[in-house]
Amino acid sequence: MKKTAIIVAGRSGSAFTAQIGTMKVNEEVDAMQTLGLDPMEVLVMPRVFALVLVLPLLTFYADVMGLLGGAVMATIVLDISFFQFLRQLSDAVTLWTFWVGIIKAPFFAFIIGMIGCYEGLQVSRSAESVGRQTTRAVVEAIFLVIVLDALLSIFFSVIGI
Amino acid sequence: MSGAESGMAAGNGGQIGSGRIRQGQEVVSVTGLRTQFGSNVIHEDLDFSVRAGEVMGVVGGSGTGKSVLIRTIIGLNKPRAGRIELFGQDVAALAPTEWRAMQSRWGVLFQDGALFSSLTVAQNVEVPMKEHSDLPAALRRELIEVKIAMVGLPPDAAHKYPAELSGGMRKRAGLARALALDADILFLDEPTAGLDPIGAANFDGLIGDLQRALGLTVVMVTHDLDSLYAICDRVSVLVDKRVKVGTIEELMREPDPWIQEYFGGPRGRAAAGSATRAGETAAAEPALPEQGA
Repeated sequence: MKKTAIIVAGRSGSAFTAQIGTMKVNEEVDAMQTLGLDPMEVLVMPRVFALVLVLPLLTFYADVMGLLGGAVMATIVLDISFFQFLRQLSDAVTLWTFWVGIIKAPFFAFIIGMIGCYEGLQVSRSAESVGRQTTRAVVEAIFLVIVLDALLSIFFSVIGI
Repeated sequence: MSGAESGMAAGNGGQIGSGRIRQGQEVVSVTGLRTQFGSNVIHEDLDFSVRAGEVMGVVGGSGTGKSVLIRTIIGLNKPRAGRIELFGQDVAALAPTEWRAMQSRWGVLFQDGALFSSLTVAQNVEVPMKEHSDLPAALRRELIEVKIAMVGLPPDAAHKYPAELSGGMRKRAGLARALALDADILFLDEPTAGLDPIGAANFDGLIGDLQRALGLTVVMVTHDLDSLYAICDRVSVLVDKRVKVGTIEELMREPDPWIQEYFGGPRGRAAAGSATRAGETAAAEPALPEQGA
């Protein structure tokens, strides 16, 4: 689900950049390296891994909430009962629509996480550079999510789903 | 391991610090160093060396690359040319495992401590122990207490987060982390910057005491003339992309205008005056109680 990914890019991608960027300003990342710790291993991998794990779950949650909202809306405004809605739904969308969203999620998560962390590590030793890199991270992540979504859509339509 | 042992080692055979180096041996040797960022050349054909057991001050105008020099020596910044030898080994030729082993032989105190903000002081001190040794947890805990006491922090500071500490305490905690392993060389980046004069003098005293008790070799970047007079044996001044080394008296004879201005200006003279006065009283003061023992 692209929309979930965009929200997460705004919420978590920016948080990664700001967190790691602040650590850069504070020379924590340098201190880490002098102690023999690899920032990739300590800062980047756990964040990217966590996002890859969680974004599919969040997508599932967003799907359920979206459908629930649709059902409530249909009941109140269009006077369609909940069971009618469900019947119509199973005609309109296949289970694959759901799976496509779940399959795409880890790819989006990877991109958002990597960009967030990368831009965080690009921060120089000033507070204003944290702000600048955070903005960059969000813009790049949203842009690439949209591009990747288009590419994946092409891919899925080529393999015939 | 402890200050007492190191002190004893200094007594026999001239070995100091962790006992792996000898007093006066060249532990840091930089030759023909060139560093640059883009087209901006910071150091050109720079030679710099530090002998075991001395306190070397590094001074220079802003932008002359004092911190860059230290960052290059500890491997955070790659030189464009030149050779850096630490403990007699060329760092460029070291395998990753050898480099890791070498990293455990120095401690670095960054400006403002650079403590890991998500960890408590005790956990911060534990990081290098976990990374470079396989000490059992109970022993690590004991060592952490020793190190925290050694830098003059109260025991309850151990469980505080960096954000809950004052600037001076963060620096002390940073020093405890830098000394978590038995380092031979301590690199300090502006240790007294941002401290009030009393705090700065106390911190200088602490560094001097630890240096003597543990047989450390100290390289400190500083702006603080009082620190230079109080604890530095020799001073390196960065001018014209290179360094001029000597004791303060030797450097005052240098014709370079920046050096003249720096040591001979009103602040320089004031620091010299107060250092002489302090020297007369300090002789009577007892040395650091060996909390490390």
